[in-house]
Amino acid sequence: MPALGSLVELSASGLYCAAGDFFIDPWRPVARAVITHAHADHARPGSERYFAERRGVGLLERRLGSPPIAGLDYGESVRFDQVEVSLHPAGHVLGSSQVRIAGHGEVWVVSGDFKRQPDPTCAAFEPLACDVFITEATFALPVYRWPETAAVAREVVDWWQGNAARGTPSVLFCYALGKAQRLLAELRDLPSLPVYTHGAVEAINDVYRAAGVTLPVTERVDDADQDYTRALILAPPGAAGSTWMRRFGAASTGFCSGWMLLRGNRRRRGYDRGFVLSDHADWPGLIDSIQATGARRVFTTHGQSDLLARYLRERGVEAAPVATEFDGEGGSDAAL
Amino acid sequence: MQRFSALYQALDETTSTNAKVAAMAEYFRAALPEDAAWAVYFLSGRRLKRLVGGARLRRLLVDSVDYPEWLTLACYAEVGDLAETVALLVEPIAAADAAVAAPGLAELIESELLPLGRCDEAQQGERIANWWKRLAHRERFLFTKLLTGALRVGVSQLLVARALAAAFGLPRSLIQHRLMGDWEPTAAFFGELTGPDDGSVAISRPYPFFLASPLDRDLQELGPAAGWLAEWKWDGIRAQLIRRRGQTFLWSRGDELITGRFPEVAAQAERLPDGTVLDGELVAWRGGVLPFAELQRRLGRKRVGAKLLDAVPVKMLVYDCLEFGGRDIRDSAQAVRRASLEQVAVAAGFELSPLLAFDDWEALAAARAQARELGVEGLMLKRGDAVYETGRRRGGWWKWKIDPLSIDAVLIYAQAGHGRRASLFTDYTFAVPDERGELKPIAKAYSGLSDAEIRELDRWIRRNTLERFGPVRAVPAQQVFEIRFEGIAESPRHKSGLALRFPRIARWRRDVDAASVDSLADVRRLLALGARTIPLDD
Repeated sequence: MPALGSLVELSASGLYCAAGDFFIDPWRPVARAVITHAHADHARPGSERYFAERRGVGLLERRLGSPPIAGLDYGESVRFDQVEVSLHPAGHVLGSSQVRIAGHGEVWVVSGDFKRQPDPTCAAFEPLACDVFITEATFALPVYRWPETAAVAREVVDWWQGNAARGTPSVLFCYALGKAQRLLAELRDLPSLPVYTHGAVEAINDVYRAAGVTLPVTERVDDADQDYTRALILAPPGAAGSTWMRRFGAASTGFCSGWMLLRGNRRRRGYDRGFVLSDHADWPGLIDSIQATGARRVFTTHGQSDLLARYLRERGVEAAPVATEFDGEGGSDAAL
Repeated sequence: MQRFSALYQALDETTSTNAKVAAMAEYFRAALPEDAAWAVYFLSGRRLKRLVGGARLRRLLVDSVDYPEWLTLACYAEVGDLAETVALLVEPIAAADAAVAAPGLAELIESELLPLGRCDEAQQGERIANWWKRLAHRERFLFTKLLTGALRVGVSQLLVARALAAAFGLPRSLIQHRLMGDWEPTAAFFGELTGPDDGSVAISRPYPFFLASPLDRDLQELGPAAGWLAEWKWDGIRAQLIRRRGQTFLWSRGDELITGRFPEVAAQAERLPDGTVLDGELVAWRGGVLPFAELQRRLGRKRVGAKLLDAVPVKMLVYDCLEFGGRDIRDSAQAVRRASLEQVAVAAGFELSPLLAFDDWEALAAARAQARELGVEGLMLKRGDAVYETGRRRGGWWKWKIDPLSIDAVLIYAQAGHGRRASLFTDYTFAVPDERGELKPIAKAYSGLSDAEIRELDRWIRRNTLERFGPVRAVPAQQVFEIRFEGIAESPRHKSGLALRFPRIARWRRDVDAASVDSLADVRRLLALGARTIPLDD
């Protein structure tokens, strides 16, 4: 079992804290799992007991069925054997957390997935001072710098309004958990053209609304007589090319993802438009966040973990990649 | 330049043909003629010569940013396009200045870009770095694309012609004709291009080629055999020969003037009457048609020496007549044009691509079976009453190629593609085992898989990388693919000693394991042609 240090190590089941006998986002069933957020590559079913931020519990229940899930408030500290564990906002999706572990005279923080851009649907990332920081590295290349969210929202609206003027439905594909709700919240002040959602999106909208997040009114696409000619329709990427799409006829299609920053990705995907909107930190976001922790050691996981570690080492930070099973290497189908 | 870069982005952002045509038409109406001329130049697929080499631009990029060289190059590898990497990485000075600084397209090219070719390296580097910092993202991208000579836009010449026709209320065919051949992108040219139809055509200007479509139906569906003409489909270079006012012009289908490369054809053309335009195929010929590889030896040279002329004699086999007695006869029926062709070409000593005699479709199918032996690619079917169309129009001309050859080979290397396929492993190298069981690369192929298969294979490659050599990944020899190709030749330049012509992936053979792919000996046997073919319609 490769040891990263005193508090967290990488086991066959995932990141493990022996001093507290718990795992973080394990990919195999374990006794005690602390979950950073409800995306499928981080929240996997089968463990005996789960711990997660209180507002994210509803999302986890949808993913995991109904095992015992203990909800913690951000900042609330619990004791696991020899360590104190607390969850802190990661700004990724509703209830997403960084995991802070204090014990044996050290503080470790596992970032989970995080972003630094403002997001009306979840609490903003909070930098935590620590000795060791385990960070995601999905977009760890300097080419990745996100445009202002407001500018992207305007692009989406212009595209949608242009289509509506021609009587063409606008189908916007985006990750059903998190991205869709963030987008809706960004569009909240916009003209009251109808917004429809795929069932997978609407189910998550319900959970967000139940958790107290304000979203504009949406209507689920069903078989009733709906007029889509002026509508914006939010759907998960999996719906592209499916028979579900037929009802919209010759729709204009868009895709919302950080990967859409690159022209090759935009063109290869075959959507009419690509919108650059990511729930992960961009390059400046990663570098700033790592610096803000003041960590003397940094481990990097998924995405460009090798490159980020090398960059940090050259700047005098002790850093190394860790091979987790979270969605890896810039994969085009990674959690977007 | 901002107007053109906005057009470029609009074209890039839509897959709808109508939207592309509308965006271009709007641009042509609004742009200054000198800028519009350059826009037509690029949109119709013409390119500037590369002004600065890729290696130097990479070096300039590395020097223009604050990141370590390895990280900058990793960015380039991720993006897959140097101009886009520059656009994303270089930090511009204040954006307000940039907006003021972007000159018009013509001014940028004529006063800034082209003079770079005459600067020394230091000056060149300084000017380029300076422009990078002054331009906004979109213009920085375009500027760099122009420097590399690789600006490509996803529109066909046909769409450009449609847009110009729509913008200026002219027939599309007239615009297409005016776009052919040699012209300089000037305001004057744009004026002529979009001016009223006065019937005059520059004497060197070729007609747009009529392109055959692959036969996709039963011969019976074409109606009675008597209504059709058939010829061999020659394995050569399509060319148009123009004789007007005592001058000769030989054009390739790529719109390139190749008169000087084929002096024997040019000499023969002097015997044609003025006002004659012929369509045909250039083939290497000694008693019969020679393999295409022989003809290629002639292609690389602007001027050919006596030795090469002697080693690879070339003939133009003519099969159509587009202008007869100074008159455009493209609207006459195929059979009528053939009669004109026989009259004018035979007298000048040209060899005609012979018509095949056949009483019914069965006889024609039998003739096709001999094609490989004769060294031709298959058959051409031309409807007796077909007019000479512009571009690829279905119905009048069909090509009925011989069945391709095929082998099963195993994937050993993969490399990320460029452009639309950047950051996805799409360029594959396939191998077959030699007599000692050692895998020898036999073909590289880029096309033939569906987007879903490409993504699946991409994931497999990422998870199963054995070794990286720069951008190339070695993978375990496990995935088997059926590779189709049109021909095979000895080649000392390849490790396997063989070169395949037009290799592409026919399908992913998940049912075949790597131990049972074809051997190098199997493939060598295909050198003796006709060994193993597969039906086209499987």
